[in-house]
Parts: sequence; structure tokens; C-alpha cells
Amino acid sequence: MAEPLSPPRLLPSGDSAITVEFSRTIDDAANRRVLALDRVIAAEPISGISETVPTYRSLLVHYDPVQIGFDALGEQLLARAAKAPPSETGARRWRVPVTYGGEHGIDLEDVAKALQTTPDDIVARHAAGDYRVAMIGFTPGWSYLSGLDKFLHMSRRKDPRLLTPAGTISIGGIQTGVQCLAGPSGWHLLGRTPVRTYQLHRDPTFLLEPGDAVTFTAVDAKTFAEQDRAAEAGEFVAELVTP
Amino acid sequence: MSKLVVASIGPASSVQDGGRPGSQRYGLTPSGAMDRLSLAAANALVGNEPFAAVVEIGPFGASFTARGGAVRVGLAGASRNADIGGRPVAFDSSATLAEGETLNLGFARGGSFSYLAIEHGIEGEPMFGSLAVNARAGLGSPYPRPLQSGDELTTKAASGAAERRIELPIASDAPIRVVFGPQDDEFSEENKQLFLDSEWTISATSDRMGYRLEGAVIKHRDGHNIVSDGTVNGSIQVPGNGQPIVLMPDRGTSGGYPKIATVITADLGRFAQISAGRPFRFKAVSMAEAQAEAVKFHALLHSLPDRLRGIDDFGLNIEALRDANVAGQAVSAVDVSTWQVALP
Repeated sequence: MAEPLSPPRLLPSGDSAITVEFSRTIDDAANRRVLALDRVIAAEPISGISETVPTYRSLLVHYDPVQIGFDALGEQLLARAAKAPPSETGARRWRVPVTYGGEHGIDLEDVAKALQTTPDDIVARHAAGDYRVAMIGFTPGWSYLSGLDKFLHMSRRKDPRLLTPAGTISIGGIQTGVQCLAGPSGWHLLGRTPVRTYQLHRDPTFLLEPGDAVTFTAVDAKTFAEQDRAAEAGEFVAELVTP
Repeated sequence: MSKLVVASIGPASSVQDGGRPGSQRYGLTPSGAMDRLSLAAANALVGNEPFAAVVEIGPFGASFTARGGAVRVGLAGASRNADIGGRPVAFDSSATLAEGETLNLGFARGGSFSYLAIEHGIEGEPMFGSLAVNARAGLGSPYPRPLQSGDELTTKAASGAAERRIELPIASDAPIRVVFGPQDDEFSEENKQLFLDSEWTISATSDRMGYRLEGAVIKHRDGHNIVSDGTVNGSIQVPGNGQPIVLMPDRGTSGGYPKIATVITADLGRFAQISAGRPFRFKAVSMAEAQAEAVKFHALLHSLPDRLRGIDDFGLNIEALRDANVAGQAVSAVDVSTWQVALP
């Protein structure tokens, strides 16, 4: 028999949000529990909850204290966390094109040197990964993926860059990421994707959902440029492998 | 069609409203007004919905000219010297600019943000249900960026309704109330006490994403890197240098520094209005007290239309006196300087 799972911790995030914490570290099993609780709440809504924000290790539940208090909501969240979650079957899988190295991945050579291997080996390892969207946060569409090859784990840059390009594919710590908008980052830049995980006037506006599976396909810079134009015009470019 | 044309404006001024919550799971920042009570008060003065889009004006001066017809506005938040073509205008009241007239606003006094609501609202294309500017994400309408001279805000012609003023509770000077958590266990009892006992000031490098605090150095038990988790308005993050950052409406939706405490909803606007360099303190309250205050604050936001008065009706403000006494401040309720009354 499987060991019973320990209940999550309920941490107050002010008077209008609760952090339901399953782990203090990055832990795939905890992240699956976070996403499971998120699905249970979506299937069996609790009156007063305005939105939920899944992260690696916790689910942030925003609520209206005029409608429900901390204790009453906490009880209901613990009850739902103890339930068998709806199955994960039907999770979507995306194939995301990436052009690695060169002007699009300015840290590839340095990462290869630091890990004492070749840039081709870094690309092969990164593109071979089977990833899952653990969370989306920081800026619109910034998707944090779990499942990075242990060989590629390396600490973040000491001096974060203030501006990194839209569509950057990077690694930091034990994660890899798909960044949508240009912005600051302390991660190592391996390449770029033409895929817009967020595009304002497209339906859907947000392409990836927490829990989606992602694989990368290496494409050359010419293909990137073509797909980048198509993506700008509103095409997904990313290929949906399973519904 | 009437237009309010921005004749001059300083930084940190943008169109804001109730914001766009609901997509934080995709990393979409909610944005919205820094001080919701003042947002709702400005809107109440001109008969708008409480969280309709307004101009949020940063600490510097600004001026606006009516074109294509008269424009009626409501002014709330940090008070300023204000005049329309030389006629003095009071804060916490409405006023009408005739075609071609200019509203001149001086520097903010005793606060950072003022709110200029326009009768009938500002025309724009809502994005995720909101006109609020979030420049980093390219969101906001009619301009997805802070306002600049020459920008035009389109509205309908002024109704000619009688001008109003609004009676608001006297702004409290009491400590900013917080609830500890979610990561207060990353700090020793001594450091939590230091956080409460210290006098803080807000750094001039603060913005709509976060207010950087200067004061004591708050130490973590075991390092400052935690695994990123979700943030709220008022989350108090402590980065490696031990100087807390309070997250504001343009915050990232997740963050990787331990959060020692969270500013309570009822005090968020009051906190946002603290001027750079002015000392203040925090006070910890229980969850029960914070939630009771949130319920009271919600009631206050929705009572604003009942607080409207005729522009010349200055009866004794018993309620404001009572609020001042309840708050137990070291401020005389009859001190002239506590009354925002600018008689013409």
C-alpha cells in the first residue's frame, strides 16, 4: 500500500490569499500535487476563490475575505488536497522549435566550456529532454519547465542581464525556461524559439498551461526567421502533438 | 466628443483602473491603481463605477486641457495646489473645465499619487477587461505606456451636473499593518521583531512594481534563495541584502525571495501613498483582525456615493472626527492642517 501523503501546509499570504505549500524544494511529485489540487478546485469550485496560481511547490489561492474566512477556506482546501485528483490523461504535448547558439543563444559556448563538453552535446541533451510546464510566472507566458538533464544543471549567472530577447530558451539551476517577452534574466541563454507563449490578440492568448508536456526540436536560423514571421502574424508555430 | 489633452505630465503617471486579475497563472500581472480608495473616490465624484479607468498622477505636477467641449473631472488621492484657469479647485471634489480651459496641478503634498477621474470615463480598448497600463507587457489603452504631453483622453461632453465633494475618513498616520507569512519561518524571532521595531523609509528608486525599503538589515535563517512561489499586492520580500521590497500592483506574479509578511488590504493604498524618505513603521495584526479590516474596507469602498456632499456644504464632519479618535492618532482632529478644504 502506498504511504499516505502528508497534508500540505497552509501559509497566510495576507488577508486575501493562502499559499498551499506541498514542498519547500523543487520536487516533481510536489508539483504534480499542486497541479492536481488546482484541477480539483477547477472541478469543484469553492465560493469566494477568485483565482489560483500554481507554482513549483505551492498553489497560491486568491480569495475574497468578504465571502469566506481563512479558517473555513483552509479546511475546504485541505479536504480537496486529500482527495484523489482527476487523472492527468489528456495532458497536452507541444513540440517547440528552437534555434540554438550563435546570436540567438549567446551563452551556448560558455555553457559547453563550463560543463567541459561541446556545444553540440549541450544542444543534443537539451533537445532530447521530455519536459513539463511546472509553472508560468514572472512575466506573461514565462514558462518554467521541469525535466532538465542533470548534466545541464548549473547555477544562475552572478550578474543577471537586464535585457534578454523575446522567445529566449535558457537554463538556470535545475530548470529550463521558455521566455515570451524581452526582459531581465539571470539564466544562461541557449537559443530562441519563434513560438509566442503569449500573444495579445490571438485565441488562445496563452498557449501553454501548467502541466502541459513540452519537447524541443532544433531548427536552423533560416527556419527560425520564417517561423518568427508566421508567429508574428498569429500562427502557433508550436506543434500540438497530442490533444 | 470631448477630449482631455495632456498639456504636461511627470513620470509615473498612467491610466489605471481596478486592474486585470484572473490570469496570474499565466504570468499576467494584475496592475491597477496603487491606492484603490482614492481611485474609487475620484470615480464616485463624477458618478462613475468605483474601479473605472482614471489618470493616476505621480508625485510631480501635471496639466490638462479640455478640447472639443467641456470635461468634468473628479480629483482625489494626494492633494495638490490645483486651479482651472486661475480658479482654485479643491481635492476630494469635482470640477468642470470649459472648452479650452486648463487644469493645473502642482506637486503632490503628503502623498505620492493623485487620481483624476473623468465623467463618463476614458474611452479605450480593454485588454483582459482593463485599460490599466502595464508597460512591460505592452498592455493598456488608449496608450500602452505612461502618459506623455500631447496624449489625448477621449470622453463624452460634461453633463453640467452640480459639483460635489466627498467626505473621506481622515487619513491615518498609524503604523502599516501586516500579517506575518507566508515565509516568516525563514526568519528568527529576533529578526521578525527587528522588522517590527525598525523605522523604515521608502527608497526613491521605488516604482509601481515594488517599494524598496531602507532601514535595518533583516537576516534570513538559511540564505535568501527559495523556490519561486506566488506573490500578492503587499508581499514583503527580503532579498539577500536584507532590505525588504514591498510588491506593488505591477509586481511579477511569482518571486524567489522569502516573504516575511504581507501588508493588509485595508492599508495597501495608505502604504502606496507614503512619500519617499518619510519614516514609518509596521505593526503585526492577527488574521482575524486583518480580515475584519478587509471587510470594513470593502464596505467603505462601496459606501462612497453616500459620502458625496454639495460643494459648498461644510457641516461639521462628525464622522471624520470619530474616525480620527478611533484611530487614536497623535493628531488633533481640529487641527486645520488635517482638513483638505481649499476655499476659493
